[in-house]
Amino acid sequence: MPTLNQKLRRDLLHLKGQVAAIMLIVVCGIACLVTMLSAYDSLQLSQQTYYDRYRFADIFVQLKRAPDALAARIAEIPGVQQVRTRVVVDVNLDVPSLVEPAIGRLISLPSSPAPVLNDLFIRQGHTIEPGQRDQVLVSEAFALANELAIGDTIGAVINERWQPLRIVGIALSPEYVYEIQGTELFPDNQRFGILWLDREALSTAFDLKGAFNDVSLSLTPDANPDAVIFQLDQLLEPYGGLGAYGRESQVSHQFLDNEIQGLAVTAVTMPTIFLGIAAFLLNLTLNRLVSTQREQIAVLKAFGYSNLAVGQHYLQLVLVIMLGGTGVGMVLGMWLGRAITQFYTQFYHFPLLQYRVEPSLWLTAIAVSGGATLLGTLTAVRRAVSLPPAEAMRPEPPAQYRPTLLESLGLQRRLSPVAQIILRNLERRPWQAGFAILGIAAAIAILVIGRYFEDATNTIVDMQFRQVQREDVTLVFNEPLPSRARHELTQLPGVLRSEPFRAVPVRLRFQHHAELGSITGLEANRELRQLLTRDLEPVSLPDAGVILTTSLAKKMGITQGDSLTVEVLEGDRPIRMVPVAGLVDELVGQGAYMEIGALNELLREGRTISGAYLAVDAAQLDALYAQLKETPAVASVALRDRLIQGFEDTVGSSLVVFTTVLIIFASIIAFGVVYNVARIALSERSRELATLRIIGFTKGEIAVILLGEQALVTILAIPLGWAMGFGLAALTSQAFASSELFRFPLVVSTANYATAAFVITLAALGSGGLIRRQLNHLDLIAVLKTRE
Amino acid sequence: MTYPSERHRESGNSVVLSSVSTLFQMRGVTKTYVMGEVTVQALKAVDLELTAGEFVVLLGPSGSGKSTLLNILGGLDVPTSGQVIFQGQDLTAAGDRVLTRFRRQSVGFVFQFYNLIPSLTARENVALVTDIAPQPMHPREALERVHLGHRLDHFPAQLSGGEQQRVAIARAIAKRPQVLLCDEPTGALDFQTGKLVLETLAEVNHELGTTTAVITHNAGIAAMADRVLTMRSGAITTDKRNEYKVSPAELEW
Repeated sequence: MPTLNQKLRRDLLHLKGQVAAIMLIVVCGIACLVTMLSAYDSLQLSQQTYYDRYRFADIFVQLKRAPDALAARIAEIPGVQQVRTRVVVDVNLDVPSLVEPAIGRLISLPSSPAPVLNDLFIRQGHTIEPGQRDQVLVSEAFALANELAIGDTIGAVINERWQPLRIVGIALSPEYVYEIQGTELFPDNQRFGILWLDREALSTAFDLKGAFNDVSLSLTPDANPDAVIFQLDQLLEPYGGLGAYGRESQVSHQFLDNEIQGLAVTAVTMPTIFLGIAAFLLNLTLNRLVSTQREQIAVLKAFGYSNLAVGQHYLQLVLVIMLGGTGVGMVLGMWLGRAITQFYTQFYHFPLLQYRVEPSLWLTAIAVSGGATLLGTLTAVRRAVSLPPAEAMRPEPPAQYRPTLLESLGLQRRLSPVAQIILRNLERRPWQAGFAILGIAAAIAILVIGRYFEDATNTIVDMQFRQVQREDVTLVFNEPLPSRARHELTQLPGVLRSEPFRAVPVRLRFQHHAELGSITGLEANRELRQLLTRDLEPVSLPDAGVILTTSLAKKMGITQGDSLTVEVLEGDRPIRMVPVAGLVDELVGQGAYMEIGALNELLREGRTISGAYLAVDAAQLDALYAQLKETPAVASVALRDRLIQGFEDTVGSSLVVFTTVLIIFASIIAFGVVYNVARIALSERSRELATLRIIGFTKGEIAVILLGEQALVTILAIPLGWAMGFGLAALTSQAFASSELFRFPLVVSTANYATAAFVITLAALGSGGLIRRQLNHLDLIAVLKTRE
Repeated sequence: MTYPSERHRESGNSVVLSSVSTLFQMRGVTKTYVMGEVTVQALKAVDLELTAGEFVVLLGPSGSGKSTLLNILGGLDVPTSGQVIFQGQDLTAAGDRVLTRFRRQSVGFVFQFYNLIPSLTARENVALVTDIAPQPMHPREALERVHLGHRLDHFPAQLSGGEQQRVAIARAIAKRPQVLLCDEPTGALDFQTGKLVLETLAEVNHELGTTTAVITHNAGIAAMADRVLTMRSGAITTDKRNEYKVSPAELEW
């Protein structure tokens, strides 16, 4: 049917504006699908390959000190495949390019090379030569952030002495794909890094000769992880075991897994929105086309074209749009997928993050877009197929209108005829109006949810780093010290105020729940470290009893007044029942707090502190840093401003990219919906509008009639979109509610709502402007003569 | 209470009596359409004067140029050359803004296919015009004039063809236009209904003194006019006045 194809080509050309708008939406949907799924595949595959090849362990545990001989007994636990014992210590580092101290996690390497768990990938240089005590491997992220190269020297406080370490290699470990110290949200690769040293050197320096303080192990395929953890904990209890945990609680793995799962969710939701809207618009466009081509369909059938041929013809038209959009979307998606995968290398460190597109992804993309096409156009194609030729020769019956709902309420007197036209047209096709509103609302919701991440992280930063943690510097000692040490802290340069704390690792039990964590003892009278409720009301520490974060309480099913079992994991490891005296809301981590004296009592120790929160005179920070770098008793220093700045550097810039992409996507949706709906309305009502022009209406006045409808649709969509956006934000917040790492507060800022409405209004105005230009070319004279 | 229209009517009546006031003057009007490589001369140097209050029927076969003439009179189009003057105002080179105002204030259109707004009731279709006209009549009054006072709140789809055309007439006269231009007003109607519509037009012309031009290729209608113009190939070939006007009820075709 070459001639029919000719018609197809010209119809497409004639509808070029609408075709382009729908294609763009399909492009976005498929690009999104391909981007997210290919990034998902790439990350997952890279993770899997990395974990397998470098033997990422299944179970992890830290402890005080155990003799090497214990390793054999660990290996005997049923289900254990391979065991690696190590010495792991966090120390203060002196990086030449940094004013403030950095934290180095020193990890022992076996003296003789062997295929061990959590093995290293050496990117550059070589591994440590046996017996070379000053040689060190540094993690790639840390080396890049601090511009360290092979041959450079960094200083570390080892064994209470400042010791220079020479970099001989740059390495990566599956344990630190996401290189983060503890419960921060975002990696600060400048101030936290992993250093691998010879085991001999490390164990000697930290009085762990012939011993270890860290175990990782892999499991046989049929092992029961819970049983292994239970036996491991029992075995390590006398050696100060801090409680074993599986991969699901390993920080790096947790972040990486969250990210991968997030991609999978986005890969489903975003394309669904886009392709749903594309299907709706195709439905409108094709239905209109079949209406305007009734006579043509009749002629084709009268001349002997079969119903099938006619149906095929119209189906081909939409398939050209869909497959065209799919093709472009796939190419764009591959490009974006590669970019996003590349972007992940900023945060997630793999030996090789290979971007790959599975062949099945092509099939998925085509199937998804084809499915949406069929769904959207089935009714219109069926109409074309089932139209009897004789009926098709006659014009369509005139449109039926009814008084609107407003009128049946007796309010019509207040409305002008122009307003009546607008309202009745909307009410005549409630489904179409509803879908148009829903489509634009979806665009608004996309914008709101995009900005929500920014709102939420801003709230986290504000809550956590400005309201809860008001200290400038947090010091952690190597070992708990008598509380009089705090007086020495005030002697440090620039320290205005110091508030000691005691932190102790514990296992909390309530009914069948058990959680590893720590209890932090704080002074009752504090300024720097606040405990706050959801409404930012301060919570005072009781003389006895523990305050839990709501997230932890919820997870364990605890309410205020319950008593929980506290198993202390250090010292004499006492086990005590402690009442829950209150709850606090914290967005980062999950924890428990007690009055410091009460905690000392619980531990049956004297006045002891683990570290202190400091308020520091900003002018003397550098002097303080210089001194802290070389203070052996200080194990680590956390700097609040650095945390905030690090967050803003990394997350802030990526949010800009993310937000820009979402604004483009949402604008395309809003533009496409408004343009198509208005374009079809223009086609349906050009006669009516031209009549109005003839009887003396100006161009502006008829534009109000046509575009007023779209304006009303857009205005109605805005509050709905806000509500949908808020709903999505609530779902997101809910999804993170039980995360051990952090929670997303349900906060949507006014600026967010305003921006979303503004962007959508602009997009709507843009497409309205295009339609307005087409209105100027309305053929007034033709209308006089023709009957639609 | 004195409607502005009553002043019109007086002046309209006076036309018949003595002093003739010219509403339209066309001098040497030509209209040429260029369609691709073909040039069509739709009007060839047409001279025409229309006086206030006249009922003119314009006859001619398809393609004779009568629609083009009507379009130029109604401010939908401008001549290629020549001059068109409406009450002293030169429309020859008027732009869209001036022509729109001219149509808005001075011209009433009646179309072959009524061209009512389907989403508006009869009353609202009329109100659409009265809302933007400077001194309109009340929509109800306009509809009562065409004997549709009982169908005010019906939608076009609920009205017969003749009724729809009468709503269109009401819509056209409600602004009290100086001229009423009707393009085949009975073309889509049966004989009886068509006559009813013509009666309405005659009544309006008589009572309001609105200059009325009806174009048609139905020669039977000519008998009801004051003046009959015949066109052929873009020129006016005859221009005669009827000695006796026949009432529309007595028309036959």
